[in-house]
Amino acid sequence: MSNNVIHSINGPVVTVQNTSDFSMMEMVYVGNAGLIGEVISVNEKKTTIQVYENTTGLYIGEPVNGSGAPLSATLGPGIMQNIFDGIERPLGEIAEKHGAFIATGVKADPLNKTKLWDVTILAKVGDEVKGGTIIATCPETSIVTHKSMIPPTLSGVVTWAAENGKYNVTQPILKVKDDDGKEHEVCLAQKWPIRIPRPVADHKVINRPLITGQRVIDTLFPIAKGGAAAIPGGFGTGKTMTQHQLAKWCDADIIIYVGCGERGNEMTDVLEEFQKLQDPKHNCPMMERTSLIANTSNMPVAAREASIYTGVTLAEYYRDMGYDVAMMADSSSRWAEALREISGRLEEMPAEEGFPAYLPSRLAAFYERAGSVETQNGLDGSVTLIGAVSPQGSDFSEPVTQNTKRFVRCFLALDKSLAYARHYPAINWTISYSEYYEDLDPYYIENVGEDFCKLRGRMLSLLSEENKLMEIVKLIGSDVLPDSQKITLEAARVIRVGFLQQNAFHQNDTFVPLEKQLWMMKAIMHLYDKALYLIGAGVPMSAISEKGMFDKLVKAKYEIPNDKPEMFGDYMKDIDDIAAALLAAQKNSSSAAAAILSAAEPEQENTEEGAE
Amino acid sequence: MALEYLGLADITGPLVAIDGVKNVSFEEMVDIKMDGGVRSGRVVALDGERAVVQVFAGTNGLSLSKTHSRFLGKPMEMALAPEIVGRIFNGAGQPIDGLGDVYAERFSDINGSAINPVSRSYPRNYIRTGISSIDTLITLIRGQKLPIFSGSGMSHNKLAAQIVRQAKISDEEGASFGIVFCAMGVTKDVADYFRRSFEESGALSRVTMFLNLSSDPIIERILTPRCALTAAEYLAFEQNMHILVVMTDMTSYAEALREFSSSKGEIPGRKGYPGYLYSDLASLYERAGVIKGRGGSVTQIPILTMPNDDITHPIPDLTGYITEGQIVLDRYLDQQAVYPPISVLPSLSRLMKDGIGEGYTRKDHSDVSNQLFASYAKVSDARGLASVIGEEELSPTDKRYLDFGNHFEHEFLGQGQSVERTIEESLDLGWRLLSILPREELERVDTKVLDEHYGKH
Repeated sequence: MSNNVIHSINGPVVTVQNTSDFSMMEMVYVGNAGLIGEVISVNEKKTTIQVYENTTGLYIGEPVNGSGAPLSATLGPGIMQNIFDGIERPLGEIAEKHGAFIATGVKADPLNKTKLWDVTILAKVGDEVKGGTIIATCPETSIVTHKSMIPPTLSGVVTWAAENGKYNVTQPILKVKDDDGKEHEVCLAQKWPIRIPRPVADHKVINRPLITGQRVIDTLFPIAKGGAAAIPGGFGTGKTMTQHQLAKWCDADIIIYVGCGERGNEMTDVLEEFQKLQDPKHNCPMMERTSLIANTSNMPVAAREASIYTGVTLAEYYRDMGYDVAMMADSSSRWAEALREISGRLEEMPAEEGFPAYLPSRLAAFYERAGSVETQNGLDGSVTLIGAVSPQGSDFSEPVTQNTKRFVRCFLALDKSLAYARHYPAINWTISYSEYYEDLDPYYIENVGEDFCKLRGRMLSLLSEENKLMEIVKLIGSDVLPDSQKITLEAARVIRVGFLQQNAFHQNDTFVPLEKQLWMMKAIMHLYDKALYLIGAGVPMSAISEKGMFDKLVKAKYEIPNDKPEMFGDYMKDIDDIAAALLAAQKNSSSAAAAILSAAEPEQENTEEGAE
Repeated sequence: MALEYLGLADITGPLVAIDGVKNVSFEEMVDIKMDGGVRSGRVVALDGERAVVQVFAGTNGLSLSKTHSRFLGKPMEMALAPEIVGRIFNGAGQPIDGLGDVYAERFSDINGSAINPVSRSYPRNYIRTGISSIDTLITLIRGQKLPIFSGSGMSHNKLAAQIVRQAKISDEEGASFGIVFCAMGVTKDVADYFRRSFEESGALSRVTMFLNLSSDPIIERILTPRCALTAAEYLAFEQNMHILVVMTDMTSYAEALREFSSSKGEIPGRKGYPGYLYSDLASLYERAGVIKGRGGSVTQIPILTMPNDDITHPIPDLTGYITEGQIVLDRYLDQQAVYPPISVLPSLSRLMKDGIGEGYTRKDHSDVSNQLFASYAKVSDARGLASVIGEEELSPTDKRYLDFGNHFEHEFLGQGQSVERTIEESLDLGWRLLSILPREELERVDTKVLDEHYGKH
């Protein structure tokens, strides 16, 4: 029994004096209640511990006991469909035991120890195994097959293997003798320290997009499987909404959703909605491929700091089984603030805006855990990290946004003025970027359509041209622009409203397959080309817009179902017909005009004076 | 254990340090006695045998030698009973209405503890406020925290009082409906105004008041919302009442926190506010909600005055990140005598998406609100253009936007203090205004819905 006792308490930080029993980053139990804490600094005189629970009521002189191991996540079947707090305690079980309010000093095993899993043992006696070798499988949910692996650091020869059958997570299913002749028991559950990345065989080239069904992302700013993306935005711009949409619709096999210092009601929303929503690929509730980590803003701040690492460790574990995993962190700014808060309690010298100087290196270490890899057992897996950032005062020059920008290659900036106009997703196309174009273009060309990238380029330049023209329009109005530029504005409006805006609550629009996205682009650009041609032939702008094709295309996203994108072909044919009719009318009228010299055609004069 | 410590080691601002203490726990309550009487305090840091105590009533008149301190062995608790409804308390949760102490059914730690997200039930029932702009565009949901962002001199108090007066819960009884009013650092006049308006609407018997006026000690101000919310949680989750908590003014609260933090010598974050301002505000706002299997709910309407009308100031900024939307008031509208002067574009209710539409309000509700937002956003473009090239030169469509904008502000927003509109009236009015615009401009609405409503009201 140790005789280490609490010497001082300041919020979530406690110290122990004159001891050398603890190691850096060791998990410890603080006080009689056994609150979970982690050692964050050690010197001869004092050891500093951050406590993951509320320290109210803790006494000076209460014992502090080491666990001998760093803060670790328990990995095994039962993670899917579950909801954990920041240090992987199951919230469902805590609610059953302790009621609606979270108590302190709660002891709860991350994984249910009584539940029996239907295990198929793959390893045989005499097999040589190494870290990552898949030794057993069991169905974890109706769509996720859990593959149990030899812990990454173990290797040796199998000396005993259990029969196929039902096992809980702590019963041994295999014995492995390592090179030193020591025998190790392996069971379904294993532990891994959350702050250390799980090892992989090799990092691979990123070449597959994470298909999200969100047009502005898939088309303009694609995220790669194994990539890292940031979604910064002030409050009310729809960060959480965007994260929810991605979690719901992206084509990853596994979703880890980390609610880091955000609203409790939002986590409840995810929980309720994911149990109801059907995964379109497998026809089962989305929750079956999802694990939630909820550390709401009023739960202890130190556990908020840990929640991100817990999440990414779970993600890596499923990656090692050969799955594509997407992890959403909402929001990384709250995590950075937790760092700042603890740093402040430690009286460290602050750098920018009170954040500790090690903020960039911590952010880099986190985002570097994304990647497309060859796992230790030779499978392909990936972890995609998508972090929301909540910049203070919506100012993107603040430290968290700036430093995040350096480590992610896809930046989806949410814009207040778009959100105010209820343009969702409010991703601003002029300041967002994705550096994954080159990596992903071959995929799009091969699997979607050859002209996909070309159309995207044309759309982007049309949008930037609109941006330039709007400067003029703001000063003098759109009436004075020549017809060719008016057409540019009109086409850009169709792109903005008919393509970029997407309605998360409309059944045809909440998720849009790539094929339909391509058809939409084709139709819009086709209309633009035709309209430009007509203008060139002397047809006035008013005659073109009167036909309502622009407005029809804007609403096409609702009218054309996702499984019939070829209906856009009909729209394009309509456009051709209308164009031909307009052209013919124009030829007639111009010859007529030549005859009656000064009189303009009456139809035009009645409707719009702007066309003169 | 009635151990008394004589003397203090240090007095700094509202903090005192006591040396040689043993067996003291973090955040334990302390009674500090001196000639004039007893003051309460709370342990805020422990280092070996030194305890740092914050004194709620301030340290004026304390001396190093003549003080006796007694540690009470428990964190700060509040006496709770169903009878607290209708009572008036000071900022530290003690009755000040002269009706004597509360005969406690139980005591609760005022810090509360976090609601387990698993136990929460997602808020879905809307609260009808009878104010068109709020009901239609920024729908208030039972269990939501929806702050009012205002500025000094604007009519936020009137608005809060009107909400309290008119608030109705759609599906049932008004009997189990209660109000907790929490005043932090407001002037006596403001507190009186609220008391009067509660009285006039006949709600006074359902109001529990916590008053920390601007002349009261700032440390008590830090406790005020905690006491109020503890009372609210008790009434909601144990007495099954639907509680609306009005908290004013959050800016004074945050400033009290800053003052306290700097006296503790903490490293400041932005604008001198402590780095944990976010967590601290969250520990208040997150106490709103609905719990599965319990009858009541806690809905919060915090009011804050934005310093210099700046929405990026840390207090509104961090509040906006925690709360489920915000109602922003606009000085320009206020000067135009539009009441309530709600600036609809930056205003938002995050929970309305699930609490409106068929079965809750009306089928076309989300169409109307989306289209009103989108169309009103274009009004400012048209106005900007008009100010440059003159109204005469505008295109016919832009002119109709100007027309729409004026009607929207003066009829839809500016409904006045005594007018109460049902949700049907508000939605119909919305359609009437939208019908000012050409039909093809209404691009947020399905053709079918337009056929049904455009030009029909």
